[in-house]
Amino acid sequence: MIHAAFRVPLLLAILALAGAPAFAQRGMGFNPSGMWTAMYHEDELERTDPGAPVGDYLGIPINDDARLRADTWDGDLVSVLQHQCIPHAAPYAMRGPTGLKITTVNDPASGQIIAFIIDGSYTGPRTIWMDGRAHPSQFAPHTWAGFSTGVWEGDTLRIETTHIKAGYLRRNGIAFTDQATLTEFFDLHDKYLTLTTITEDPNYLTEPLVRTESWVWNPYQVFTPIAGYGSCLPVPEIPRPYGWVPHHLPGTNTVLQEFSSEYGVPFEASRGGAETMYPEYRKKLKQMVIPHAKVFEVQFEQEHQKKAPDSSGAKQ
Amino acid sequence: MKIACLFAALAASLVSAQELQQAAGVPYEVRHVQGNVYMFASTLGNIAIQVGKDPGHDGVLLVDTGPARLRNTILGEIRKLSSEPVRFMIVTSPDADHNGANEVLLKPASSRNFQTQSDIALFAQDNILQRFSRAGSGVPSDAWPTLTFLDEKSFAFNGEAIQIIAEKNAHTDGDSIVLFRGSNVIAAGDIFLTTGYPVIDVQRGGSIEGEVKALNHILDLTVPRSMQEGGTMVIPGHGRLCDEADVTDYRDMLTIIRDRVQDMLRKGKTLEEVQAARLSRDYDRRYSTSSWSGDMFVEAVYRSLKSK
Repeated sequence: MIHAAFRVPLLLAILALAGAPAFAQRGMGFNPSGMWTAMYHEDELERTDPGAPVGDYLGIPINDDARLRADTWDGDLVSVLQHQCIPHAAPYAMRGPTGLKITTVNDPASGQIIAFIIDGSYTGPRTIWMDGRAHPSQFAPHTWAGFSTGVWEGDTLRIETTHIKAGYLRRNGIAFTDQATLTEFFDLHDKYLTLTTITEDPNYLTEPLVRTESWVWNPYQVFTPIAGYGSCLPVPEIPRPYGWVPHHLPGTNTVLQEFSSEYGVPFEASRGGAETMYPEYRKKLKQMVIPHAKVFEVQFEQEHQKKAPDSSGAKQ
Repeated sequence: MKIACLFAALAASLVSAQELQQAAGVPYEVRHVQGNVYMFASTLGNIAIQVGKDPGHDGVLLVDTGPARLRNTILGEIRKLSSEPVRFMIVTSPDADHNGANEVLLKPASSRNFQTQSDIALFAQDNILQRFSRAGSGVPSDAWPTLTFLDEKSFAFNGEAIQIIAEKNAHTDGDSIVLFRGSNVIAAGDIFLTTGYPVIDVQRGGSIEGEVKALNHILDLTVPRSMQEGGTMVIPGHGRLCDEADVTDYRDMLTIIRDRVQDMLRKGKTLEEVQAARLSRDYDRRYSTSSWSGDMFVEAVYRSLKSK
């Protein structure tokens, strides 16, 4: 039996306790703050080392213009002074080495989260504004990270990014222009954080490019930012003519066939395009001549050598 | 494809951009660049405005005066930034969209509704004065430069050093860039645009070699803050505020297209053959416009290289 004098305060306390979590999490699916270690189970060879081979455009919905741009790209471009310190821009950054540290920016008066800071990619810290602010005007500068705003859609954090500097979708010359935009979705499954990225570029992509990356929660992660002030200083390592910009003239790049012959992928397929994103493309692949994959030949040879008895007779 | 359309619709629906002001149907905004320098940015072109912080001693300096139809708006926006008189104007190009308010600003103070007015100097490369003062130029003498230079003019104003540097035979034969050394800002005029290919006006002395050289010179002057971002900011003649990486992207594009045209010229190809090869097609969706298409740009590059 509760004394009548306590009933009203108790009721208010229960209501307050019940309401508190609802208020604290108003409109918020989960708090992604913390340390997250990258998983490279998707597209590992592309995302880490050695990176995508020249001429591998598979699975990217590029148009003919983007294809010409990639065909004439020369990897030597990174030796140009103004290119040496260009980081991955937002459409690629989260695919690279990214042990993430996610923190919040809180309104000092209300304590509400007004932004998430995602740090750890080559782009450097990236701010996701959660306070409903508008994106800058068409005259505002572009950055590698772009300008991002987020909203919660149920338990999914949806991020819109504009004002991104021109960069690459793959580290082999597949470019995007400064008119590209990103729509991203962060989802949490137990201790796994998954990001789905949708890149749109009216100039180079015929359809949105959809890619995903995942991280695992790791509170013991030692965080070392890989991008930041003074972390890269361009140095002229090779004498070059003033204003030199390396590139291949159209039709002269002799290494574009290498990916096809090395990996046993029909050259037509290696040229990419929207249809190469979809499972139905496998039917078309069966109609093509599949070149012999040299890379596996080398791999088998190396494995065979490992298994062969040592000629010295020494026991392993 | 349906999924693609759905994504596009979803993406478009959630992003709201900052609203721009309107003047005579033209969207514009005034943006603080850094230091003493502001940018009047409109879809018709950009103006750099330098204002001082020491009333009675400093004043206002303009790089370009914008198109005539916006001059009242521009003058009104300058007054919001400073009540000090306009003392210097620098013209980066002979084009009308950079010189629209010259005449108004150079008239006596009473007709400008400005405060006390000492002499206003209008700097420009000498070729601009020569062009404006030719018979039939259509430019009233009130709008002509009052001080000209051949290569470079340096002076101090509003507490910082200012360098005006002639970039010979780029967009035209009258181009200049302006470096605000203290504010760490460059006004590049129509040598650098984010809205299209540079208009290489071969008839008025423009050339692709001069254009590429000018962009490389801008890259010599810019210093990024970190990771090839920020630092020296560059105000283009048209388009958004930029930094070294954006100029690099533009320089690369022009160099690549120049090299492609040069290669075909060396092989003895005609203009028709060069245009049939569509040498700028990987950049046309981004930079070709109805008034200055990729074909027009490639033709200008061809004619410029051919006349060497």
